[in-house]
Amino acid sequence: MTAALLFEQFLNGLQFGLMLFLMSAGLTLVFGVMGLINLAHGSLFMIGAFFCAAAAGLTGNFWLGLAAGMAAAAAAGALIEVTVMRRLYTRDHLDQVLATFALILILSEGTKILFGPFPLYLDVPPLLTGTVNLGLTPYPLYRLALIVAGLGVALGLWLLIGRTRLGIRIRAGENDREMIAALGVNIRALYTFVFALGAALAGLAGALVGAVQSVQVGMGEPVLILAFVVIVIGGIGSIRGAMVGALLVGVIDTMGRFLLPQVFALFLDPSKASGAGAALASMLVYLLMALILVIRPKGLFPVHA
Amino acid sequence: MMFRKNALACASALALTAGVAQADPVTVGLITTLSGGGAGLGVDVRDAFELALQMNGSDAIRLVVEDDGQRPEAAVQIADRMIQSEGAQILTGIIWSNLAMAVVPAVTAQDVIYVSPNAGPSALAGAGCTPNYFNAAYQNDTMHEAAGQYANTLGYQNAFIMAPNYPAGVDALTGFKRYFQGTLAGEVYTQLGQTDFAAEIAQIRASGADSIFIFEPGGMGISFMRQYAQSGVDLPIISAAFTFSQDVLPAVGDAALGVINTAEWSPDMDNDANVAFVAAFQEAYGRLPSVYAAQSFDTANLILSALAAADISDLDAFRAAMRAADFDSVRGSFRFGNNQHPIQNYYAREVVSVDGVLTNRIVGTAFEDHQDVYAADCAME
Repeated sequence: MTAALLFEQFLNGLQFGLMLFLMSAGLTLVFGVMGLINLAHGSLFMIGAFFCAAAAGLTGNFWLGLAAGMAAAAAAGALIEVTVMRRLYTRDHLDQVLATFALILILSEGTKILFGPFPLYLDVPPLLTGTVNLGLTPYPLYRLALIVAGLGVALGLWLLIGRTRLGIRIRAGENDREMIAALGVNIRALYTFVFALGAALAGLAGALVGAVQSVQVGMGEPVLILAFVVIVIGGIGSIRGAMVGALLVGVIDTMGRFLLPQVFALFLDPSKASGAGAALASMLVYLLMALILVIRPKGLFPVHA
Repeated sequence: MMFRKNALACASALALTAGVAQADPVTVGLITTLSGGGAGLGVDVRDAFELALQMNGSDAIRLVVEDDGQRPEAAVQIADRMIQSEGAQILTGIIWSNLAMAVVPAVTAQDVIYVSPNAGPSALAGAGCTPNYFNAAYQNDTMHEAAGQYANTLGYQNAFIMAPNYPAGVDALTGFKRYFQGTLAGEVYTQLGQTDFAAEIAQIRASGADSIFIFEPGGMGISFMRQYAQSGVDLPIISAAFTFSQDVLPAVGDAALGVINTAEWSPDMDNDANVAFVAAFQEAYGRLPSVYAAQSFDTANLILSALAAADISDLDAFRAAMRAADFDSVRGSFRFGNNQHPIQNYYAREVVSVDGVLTNRIVGTAFEDHQDVYAADCAME
């Protein structure tokens, strides 16, 4: 094992974490502001990827596809908020889980009817193909671009929430929704906007990741599960927590998959070590979550301490 | 209520049979995956089966199709329903080994015939073989054994091998290692459903391997190949057909060009049955058939041939007609071994682009008349 390999794996973990952040930011925002558990967040990720692939296929331009993916996810998010979610704010979490689980099934089958049962093709834009030499190791340019994009979105979100009037309203909505409604803020419009924003971020993640993954029905659910782990670790409702949680999960998952089989190989034969290492590695992030819940039951950055 | 419905159905069935002298059609239940991420495979199985019935023109089969959603418990329920309320005497269609393991032992114990158009778990090929179970596709290990064998032919010395960490993945690596004579530069199990392979690709880069064997079916293979193409690592890849079948090739794109993958069938096979099948499939559905479609097409024709030769009410005669496998396979030659799994050729195929469409073409033969290793443990003669 060399320093170059470790460095490359660290970058891989960072990139994976930042994509998880795009997913979990929307999830945690929606939960923090509206108190809503949205299982259909993964479906919005899928919608982003499918519309990006379809638009990129039609126009031959990845960037148009990216815009289409984000727009479609945001539009789907707004539509879902207005038609379904609005009725769920006052219901308990179990009702929300049930309703949004139904949405997963509806959106998955809807996507299959619209785009067919076979995975779609979406390629990395020509501008970002190939590798760059980072001194220690060559690294795919597209993954580097994903890191930059993830950091850029994180910065944008921080500015939006911390430095704008809209951000003040979002934070106020988290703390006391009755009071800001009484102060004359259009809380309905605010909720629709926040939900659409979260959906757009999920759509962006889906479109970006779709270029290096399989664009297929059900692609959102594995990411959704990890996104829930991230927001539980980070503290539900906290954007900062989502960032730290996502980076932790991304780096620990990647490093675990890489290092654990090698650790097991010290005392097992290679085939068994690989199997055992892989099995333990797939549990690692959940062990991390359990550990953090024991030490800090409300996550690393609790919102309503 | 239920009684009245049944009575009505009986009455109308009587009315129908009164006019027709011919025997009733046999009900065949096709349980396959038509929703979720694996739907493409099930759609190919269903479409090819229906196409075979259509091309045959026979009304010997009444086909009932249901979606298992890739869930074992759903497949079990559907199988029960098909046998009890639809009166199905033959079942088929299941794609995945874990679903087959949930369904096959239970239905064959009730003297219902099951014909597999894809899954071939080792448990059903060896000591667990049964006269009511026929596999018209392959035994799981054999596709990967063929890849191991052909890797020797290609002169690979030091392979990095990788598969998801579940029973079929373990079988894949076992099958490959059974015939590959070189050394292993690395052996990695990935997570089932994994979408990011950056960590594995980095290991491949550092491993010093001269070739890569992968078994990453469905979306996993698409993700791996896309990321591999961007990684700057340029080692030759060998695989079994699943990762480079027609259902995923368009999504993988040019990254798949030149990859060698092994299968018992290829769309370019030059026999009459196959030429007619590929043309009819394209005509009917506007796409090239996958290996799953070819296997399902053969399954349908196998069943039709047995129904033409024997009455299913005489199970012994019907099973004998099935074992004879007297039909024109799209694979050219097809026969059953003692465990009612195929003894067949396995070919090396290369991914090529024909008029802008990615497809496979045969470049060599890995095995001739190859039988799975588990057949020896099967008590049937």
